[in-house]
Amino acid sequence: MPPVYNAAVAGTTSPVIVAGHLTKQFGSAVVVDDVSFSVPAGQIVGFLGPNGAGKTTTIGMLLGLLRPTRGRVEILGLPMPEARQAILARVNFTSPYVSLPGNLTVAENLAVFSRLYGVRRRRAALEALLERVGLSGVWRRRAGQLSSGEGTRLGLVKALLNDPEVLFLDEPTASLDPDGADRVREVLRAIRSERGMTIFYTSHNMQEVERLSDRILFLHHGRILADGPPGDVLRQFDQETLEQMFLELARQEAAP
Amino acid sequence: MSLGRVSALLLRQVYLYRRSMIRSLELVYWPLLDLLMWGFLSVYVARLRGGGAVAIAYLLGALILWDIFFRVQQAISVSFLEDVWTRNLVNIFVSPVSTSEFLAATMLLGVMKVTVIAVMMSALALVLYAFNIFAHAVSLVPFAIDLILAAWGIGIITTAMILRYGQSAEVLAWAVAFLFQPFSAVFYPVSILPRALQYVAWLLPTTYAFEGMRAVLSGGGLRWGYVAGGLGLDVVLFAIAAGVFARVMWIARDQGLLMRTEG
Repeated sequence: MPPVYNAAVAGTTSPVIVAGHLTKQFGSAVVVDDVSFSVPAGQIVGFLGPNGAGKTTTIGMLLGLLRPTRGRVEILGLPMPEARQAILARVNFTSPYVSLPGNLTVAENLAVFSRLYGVRRRRAALEALLERVGLSGVWRRRAGQLSSGEGTRLGLVKALLNDPEVLFLDEPTASLDPDGADRVREVLRAIRSERGMTIFYTSHNMQEVERLSDRILFLHHGRILADGPPGDVLRQFDQETLEQMFLELARQEAAP
Repeated sequence: MSLGRVSALLLRQVYLYRRSMIRSLELVYWPLLDLLMWGFLSVYVARLRGGGAVAIAYLLGALILWDIFFRVQQAISVSFLEDVWTRNLVNIFVSPVSTSEFLAATMLLGVMKVTVIAVMMSALALVLYAFNIFAHAVSLVPFAIDLILAAWGIGIITTAMILRYGQSAEVLAWAVAFLFQPFSAVFYPVSILPRALQYVAWLLPTTYAFEGMRAVLSGGGLRWGYVAGGLGLDVVLFAIAAGVFARVMWIARDQGLLMRTEG
């Protein structure tokens, strides 16, 4: 029987993601401003904020795609970017804004990325993974022939190939219909429960974040505005839902 | 350097060619057209001069070696562009692939492609024009290596420029090699060039390959001076290419160019 993750003890484990005084400046624009947080193993963290808040830039720095202007990143106790390859072998990422080569079949794409991550998975295991995200019968189809929702789910399968200890997701349910989105959320909950996988994801779907996350980090103008379990954050801002909180902040922003 | 990861990147290209009839045909199409046009032209030139078989040899030999240089350089830049076009670049750079593994795969792909092309062109030249380049193969191999190394260097610099300036710079993948053509004395000897341009020509590793090839085909044997000159300049070019690519990667990680999903 697979180990069952106990969220109650998550805070007691050593952090798998550490951002220390993370700052990113493009010219005179400070996009991420002295952001610090740590994430213990097994936690699901919803990383929220309006467009331009600095979410993608922060994830880019966590993944070593972007060099911080100041501050440090540690993933799984290893420094980024010094231990970049060792870290990236143990984490994964997907986003609906990137895609797998469309002229290769699903099977070929999974074969290539399995090799890139140095994992050997049998066809049956890969097809089971595809089925788990609702992608049965696509094995021989070209990735480019999949719908955008199917492409998003194929990206998630790619991201699960190496059984990552930390999974970074950028809007994992964007472009999915309600059924597809619900299936993906179920998969994320299940793999966290089975493997204690840490999931760090961005979303604009506030209901989803409330339902899925153990903790939310709310980024605004490159700074962390709120950090804690969804209920605590709502109480802090005296709001009933994250959506209300989000709209309130946006309206404050728009007010003269 | 992980051979597994390099082979994974190569496997992707093999799948790509297997899946795309147009891409596979392209391997044959341009070299075949080049060979037909330049082959018949060289036959005509040879007749004008009173039957000089050496004219055919010079032109066809130059054409085959030029294709080695051009196709290897192009393979490196185009395989990078494939990842840009398919929005796959982020997937590659969040995997454990190192920059050197990524480049090694594109360099090996170039060699694989050009092996197919060079053998095919050489065989056709033998059938169509009775030009047997295989008879000189041993003496020409050092010059082919010179050209492959030069193409790797230029291909890496071109790729760096595409990474730096985005898809708007993709024309470089096809155009850069031709910048070298007039000064590398591909189809004529260096002595034809004006004096000032001769100095430029001898600064290019490619020039040594084509001059060396003409020496071989005219029966002068393998001139090791040309081999040494070409390989020496390849080392310099390769060092420059490595420096340029490292600098562009630094800029890319500073400015978020690797996260760019569109040109």
